[in-house]
Amino acid sequence: MDYIQQILFLIIAGVAGYLLFGRVVQIRSNIKMGKDFEPSGDKSTRFKNMVLVAFGQQKMFKKIIPAVLHLFVYVGFLVINLEVLEFVIDGVAGTHRIFAPYLGSFYTVLMNIFEFLAVMVLISCLVFLIRRNVLKIDRFKKIEMNGWPALDANLILITEVVLMFAILKMNAADQILQSRGVAHYTDTGFLFFSAHFIPLMDNFSDGTLVFVERAAWWFHILGILAFAVYVTYSKHLHIFLAFPNTYFAKLSVKGHADNMDAVTNEVKSMLGMLPADAAPPAEISRFGAKDFNDLSWKNLMDAYTCTECGRCTQQCPANITGKKLSPRKIMMDTRDRMEEVGKNIKAGNKGLDDGKSLLGDYITKEEINACTSCNACVEACPVMINPLDIILEMRRYIAMEESGSPQSWNVMFQNVETSFSPWKFAPTDRFNWSEDLKNPKN
Amino acid sequence: MSDMEIKVPTMAEYMAKGEAPDVLFWVGCAGSYDDRYKKVTKAFVKILNAAKIKFAVLGTEETCTGDPARRAGNEFLFQMQAMANIQVLDGYQVKKIVTACPHCFNTLKNEYPDLGGNYDVIHHSTFLQELIDSGQVVIADGKPFKGKKITFHDSCYLGRANDVYQAPRSVIESLDAELVEMKRCKTNGLCCGAGGAQMFKEPEEGNKDINVERTEDVLETGSKIVASGCPFCLTMLSDGIKNKNKENEIEVLDIAELIAKNQQL
Ligand code: SF4
Ligand code: SF4
Repeated sequence: MDYIQQILFLIIAGVAGYLLFGRVVQIRSNIKMGKDFEPSGDKSTRFKNMVLVAFGQQKMFKKIIPAVLHLFVYVGFLVINLEVLEFVIDGVAGTHRIFAPYLGSFYTVLMNIFEFLAVMVLISCLVFLIRRNVLKIDRFKKIEMNGWPALDANLILITEVVLMFAILKMNAADQILQSRGVAHYTDTGFLFFSAHFIPLMDNFSDGTLVFVERAAWWFHILGILAFAVYVTYSKHLHIFLAFPNTYFAKLSVKGHADNMDAVTNEVKSMLGMLPADAAPPAEISRFGAKDFNDLSWKNLMDAYTCTECGRCTQQCPANITGKKLSPRKIMMDTRDRMEEVGKNIKAGNKGLDDGKSLLGDYITKEEINACTSCNACVEACPVMINPLDIILEMRRYIAMEESGSPQSWNVMFQNVETSFSPWKFAPTDRFNWSEDLKNPKN
Repeated sequence: MSDMEIKVPTMAEYMAKGEAPDVLFWVGCAGSYDDRYKKVTKAFVKILNAAKIKFAVLGTEETCTGDPARRAGNEFLFQMQAMANIQVLDGYQVKKIVTACPHCFNTLKNEYPDLGGNYDVIHHSTFLQELIDSGQVVIADGKPFKGKKITFHDSCYLGRANDVYQAPRSVIESLDAELVEMKRCKTNGLCCGAGGAQMFKEPEEGNKDINVERTEDVLETGSKIVASGCPFCLTMLSDGIKNKNKENEIEVLDIAELIAKNQQL
């Protein structure tokens, strides 16, 4: 009989592994459709950023309550995954709690820590569910969250609650079976939190208890495997991508916009500033970004990393005052478009040439034009995403490829070109302000 | 001091004498043409004169840094402007630049190096703080801000964009004024609404203007003076305060104007 469980486990783990691998390959190739990008600055500073911001959750602590709750879920996730290691070995080898005899009383300590974290994760997720659905916190209620994004967030929270509950139930049943001396049930020592569930099951027969224990075990491991695959379709990818994303984040001050070297070459050749023997500037396929593949792979990784928390949008002056722009939506649209094209390609369809594009079909000019480039979104993002980068790339496309900027900007461009000032004043009048200083008649 | 002769030397004049000033004052388009901001330019020049700083301006040789073009997406125009300006600056062998505009400051400091223009650029709030610290500007006792509530509006291109938060605050505090922070300040400061070339077009449809939203933060502090260090913020806040019919109660002043008033310049 035991073999059946082992074989079943191997098959299910294999299927989950296969699906997961497929998704990883897909996401990787989607991200690689982005343009090349040179990460700035030195590796040690970037590493430090990753340790502080991703591992240390530094930027979460701008909001203390969610930061603490999230910390429990995060630490719980990391630590409880150690237990999953034991689950996997047990599942493959047909053993039960393989580490317990080796670790002795330390196993008891570990299990109690796991249980404590499981309880904290459970509580945190319940509070998160309340925050999202009962308290109606503003940033969770914007229109881009309607439908799947809101469901996604709730599904994950509910799953975590149920999974943590399964661990506690499993441990409770296990403890009763141990006390009854049922074979296979190795001594784990007293497990404080799950012990509270013992009275609920104390009068169950051995057979029922074994069934409960096994069912909870299977439920938990299946849940974890399903979760691993599900995560790749969800905003929860940040649990992995937050690390590379913070590592590759821009290190220069926020005010610095990336220079377009392709333009520099053209401008230099126009001004006769290139050495005579220099090769003519290469033909540029497109200035700025119309579709997602015009963005850098870092912008695309940003999009997959976004947790849809809305901290950016909550701080965005345009969004606060009712404009359509929402930096979170910019990130969500970028990912949705990327997924769409990735799926198209996989299905052998036209891929990028499907007659759609990120700018136009997902993001409108009205949104792009409303940005004040204030960097509030960049400052707010806990995983160092830069929505402003994408907005600026789209403005570049609109201005340079389409000449489609708002009329008043086109006038401003013309003024800069002809009067060397965004306003139409005579360049010869630029220094007039000094007159009444030099000749004080007043 | 009002009878002091004010000099506004240009780089060309220095060059003709075979000399170089210690610092170039980059006036910027708003500082040159905008009636309100010209007052700030003048206040700053008076302070430079009083502190006997060896400075110069470019005069009619100065042109737009290209910032509004870059933010609006016209990278060509930005780079044309930047390269022309770099040629002028390098021609005069400029090393140090001070400017009263955070947008000029950001572009000159952070973006010109990508195009070969490397200068030591500081914002006038930092420059003023240094003058006070070094004793070149001696704050007159008590006048006229002593004990008065002043709130400071962080400009995005000075604060978040360049992490300059303390210098303007130090200047305000040196005046014995009571610095009152708005609920959204420093890294969480709210934009005035003019950045990213918004100054040069009408806002998109929404339910409120950004400068009105920001003005409400100002009103909440109960300050009768709101200070800033940016021509666009100054315009936006002044308009916001007019919108609330408070223009007779609340003054919007630049950091340099605070010092100039204290010095009775
Ligand atoms: S930079 Fe643009 S998108 Fe980001 S918060 Fe400011 S206005 Fe909003
Ligand atoms: S971009 Fe960052 S701050 Fe905005 S929703 Fe995504 S994760 Fe949150």
